[in-house]
Amino acid sequence: MSGAASGRATGLMAWWEAIRRDRKATIGFVLLAGFVLLGLVGPWLVGDPDAMVGVPLQPPSWAHWLGTTGQGQDVLAQTVVGTRVSLLIGFGVGLAVVAIGSLLGVTAGYFGGRVDGVLSMLINVFLVLPGLPLAIVIAAYLPAGPLTVAFVLVITGWAWNARVLRSQTLMLRQRDFIAASVVSGESHLRIITREMLPNMTSLLLAQVIGGTIYAIGAQVGLEFLGLGDVSAVTWGTNLYWATNDSALLTGAWWTFVPTGLCVALVGFGLVMLNSGFDEVTNPRLQQERAWRAFLLGAGVPVSRSTPVAIAHE
Amino acid sequence: MSDPASDHEPVLSVRGLCVDYVTGTGPVRAVDHVSFDLARGEVLGIAGESGSGKSTVAQAILRILPPPAVITGGQALLEGEDLFRMSEAELRAVRWRRLAMVFQSAMDALNPVLTIREQIEDTLEAHRPAGTPRNPGRAAELLALVGIAADRLDSYPHQLSGGMRQRVGIAIALALEPAVVVLDEPTTALDVIVEGEILQKILELRRRFGFSVVFITHDLTRMMQICDRVAIFYSGRMVEIAPAAELRAHPRHPYTQGLLRAFPSVHGPEGELASIPGAPPSLKSPPPGCRFHPRCDQVIDRCRTEEPALVQLGARRAAACHLVTAAAAAVSASATPATADV
Amino acid sequence: MRYLLRRLGFYLIAAWVALTINFFLPRLMPGDPATALFARFKGRLSPEALQALREAFGLTDAPLWKQYFTYLAHVLQGDFGTSVTYFPSSVGSVILTGLIWTLFLAGTAVILSFAIGTLIGIAVAWWRGGWADTILPAFFAFLGAFPYFWLAMLALYVLGFDWGLFPLGHAYSDDLTPAFTAEFIVDVLRHAALPIATVVIATLGGWVLGMRNAMISVLGSDYVALARAKGLPPGRVVLRYAARNALLPSVTAFGMALGFALGGSLLTEIVFSYPGQGYLLVQAVRNQDYPLMQGIFLVFTLAVLGANFLVDVVYFWLDPRTREVSS
Repeated sequence: MSGAASGRATGLMAWWEAIRRDRKATIGFVLLAGFVLLGLVGPWLVGDPDAMVGVPLQPPSWAHWLGTTGQGQDVLAQTVVGTRVSLLIGFGVGLAVVAIGSLLGVTAGYFGGRVDGVLSMLINVFLVLPGLPLAIVIAAYLPAGPLTVAFVLVITGWAWNARVLRSQTLMLRQRDFIAASVVSGESHLRIITREMLPNMTSLLLAQVIGGTIYAIGAQVGLEFLGLGDVSAVTWGTNLYWATNDSALLTGAWWTFVPTGLCVALVGFGLVMLNSGFDEVTNPRLQQERAWRAFLLGAGVPVSRSTPVAIAHE
Repeated sequence: MSDPASDHEPVLSVRGLCVDYVTGTGPVRAVDHVSFDLARGEVLGIAGESGSGKSTVAQAILRILPPPAVITGGQALLEGEDLFRMSEAELRAVRWRRLAMVFQSAMDALNPVLTIREQIEDTLEAHRPAGTPRNPGRAAELLALVGIAADRLDSYPHQLSGGMRQRVGIAIALALEPAVVVLDEPTTALDVIVEGEILQKILELRRRFGFSVVFITHDLTRMMQICDRVAIFYSGRMVEIAPAAELRAHPRHPYTQGLLRAFPSVHGPEGELASIPGAPPSLKSPPPGCRFHPRCDQVIDRCRTEEPALVQLGARRAAACHLVTAAAAAVSASATPATADV
Repeated sequence: MRYLLRRLGFYLIAAWVALTINFFLPRLMPGDPATALFARFKGRLSPEALQALREAFGLTDAPLWKQYFTYLAHVLQGDFGTSVTYFPSSVGSVILTGLIWTLFLAGTAVILSFAIGTLIGIAVAWWRGGWADTILPAFFAFLGAFPYFWLAMLALYVLGFDWGLFPLGHAYSDDLTPAFTAEFIVDVLRHAALPIATVVIATLGGWVLGMRNAMISVLGSDYVALARAKGLPPGRVVLRYAARNALLPSVTAFGMALGFALGGSLLTEIVFSYPGQGYLLVQAVRNQDYPLMQGIFLVFTLAVLGANFLVDVVYFWLDPRTREVSS
């Protein structure tokens, strides 16, 4: 139990340990696993989401647990089926964003000089340009559909990851073991892939999670605007149709509430998973907890000044 | 230098101080049963390697150690009052008024977004008794004491050189004319010449105002030059304390001897430059018995199993070493025990 | 000063990149949007007007570089072309009508959110270990995971439709004419309350957590330790020593998240049928009104860049170290 507690989680095993030991991360993991399961297996358990199975805009009932949409479709079926595509695109874009961002970020940080100058400028420009309008404008020129959505999300999302990876690479670059490798004549590619990247595993994992959070939220936003394939069933298009059919103004809350809850729960689960990370990679937070527990046990109040807890034997 | 061992009560008396850091894997003792007295007007040096607990002791006395530190034993009597029994409000009144600190690197110890004037004046304001008028010229007075022109009052810390920042730190420390000034590695970040100037300035001010000084550093040579007495710390414990001249001439503890060998004097005969083999022990799992024994060149069996106690060797001298204790006992077999005060 | 000039230079470069993207987009995408674009205009534009539109877009037969400069010239004069949806109004005039409302809504929301979030963050960091510290991060994480516009929908439904506390849309009541009267102002505020509240609540978490983390890091610094050692009252330590310094990374983060927050507010406008840029954008998307879409993109981007520059000015004012090269 000793190794993982020190706070420098670099391998997958340490990551798994961190999840199990921290309550927040466990909750996050459970939530996420639940939705993944739902996405994988759910669509076989519910009916055809496009089929018109009932009277439009019916509130939840035993026949339709989440009611019906403005076109008489089953909301539960739509929500469950939508899970699969939304999660797929979410994870996919999350991975892509980290892959591209890391490639550019590590290159910039590692090679420095003019390469860094140019790449940094590129990264900063893409960071400052607002994502949503750019995504909309690009998506509007492309055929509607999940690929387009994924494409624009990657274009507007890679810069954040690139910046983080670049700082991390800059820090690692100055470490002695890297300098030693450079001096010993190892090729740059080997240094990057065999010495640097393995030390950034936990960071990359956290970034993938962050990228997924961003992707799911942004995807839903774009589809809500009508830029996705509106005939496909995803969380975002569900919301699009809900607004189109004036759900709000007819009081049909069940047409949009479940989807929003799903998005929030997945996002929340991912954030919890990531914060589980924080605890491990930031030992300070962990220490404080032990300190507070100790003071509580000794009956000494937590104060601004160093507390005095003298045990009288 | 005047004889500091007058018959006044010590201005600061630390008894059995223990400081633990409570981590996720259990408490780690950073300071273990440290005791010493500071006489009025005395300059006491505290020397040791990094991690020896010397800075921790200073911050523990004022109780400004951040979490996860906990004081788990001892007393700190400042002019007779135990700082460890005080409430927040009482501490705030005592801090700076009676005991002030100059931090390791004033670069980081000065607030980057406030001017020098603001940082001096807020100290004065915080302790100004109700009803007394403000003294607008005081800040300039204090800077003059340390040799900085008053036009620097409206500068920001980043606009001053390292040496100037440190002198500002000293000026702030003296603002309320405290009885004790603690200097925590005040010159580590400065070059040698500036360092010398700063130390001279401090001694000059001490002669003028009469406060006591606790000088914490790892630079033994400097310490010998300006301190009345020197305490040597190792791995959270005090292993030897003696008047500076005596310590330099006749160090008793093997660690002290090793340290002195590693710090040659610029004047004097050429000797061999020797370092102490090994590294300081981890505080989490210190070696059994005497903590220094793995690196000691005079180790005996007893050292490996039994922790040596701090034993008085004279009026103002003590050491924690089995060899030293044995030698002292042999020499003064029939003499009466030394006084309790160190 | 040099700091500000450098930042200005950067924003000019970013603006140029945005302009260039705008220029190349119609030319890079598969299919022939130029044809599609003009097909929509057929029968409505005289040949001269069509030619003028071509020039505004730079879609002439001139060599590419010439088209580029023509385009730049037009943009710098504020000519973004003619809108399809609001034909024959120019894109510029259409955008202008919505701009004020967007600036009002998004500006107020973002500033309020930052101010409130920062104060909460300071409080949470100072009183650490209480229930606040355990619950709030998780609470805000959950809150922030909801898409902004979904929260808008929820707020509209519950508070507007169900409980009837707030109007259901638009910037002001249909039966009022805009004027500087108290009645009108109150009406505007009533209509703006829900949209602003939605954006504030959705973004609050980010500022709270950011400020809290910055505070925690600053509270461990030497100058805060010195401030405590000096016996300064805790209020002063928190505000002038800790918060004042923790604000710096918070302001930097604010700049970075500005574009994101403003984008989210666009979507919120749509839910509330607020007559701002968001609403126009949706119309543009639905009608494939490329001139309007690209015009909004450009104007919005320039607004965000401008806002970022303002944030830099604030940072310059807050951090004395930016004011000159330190020795």
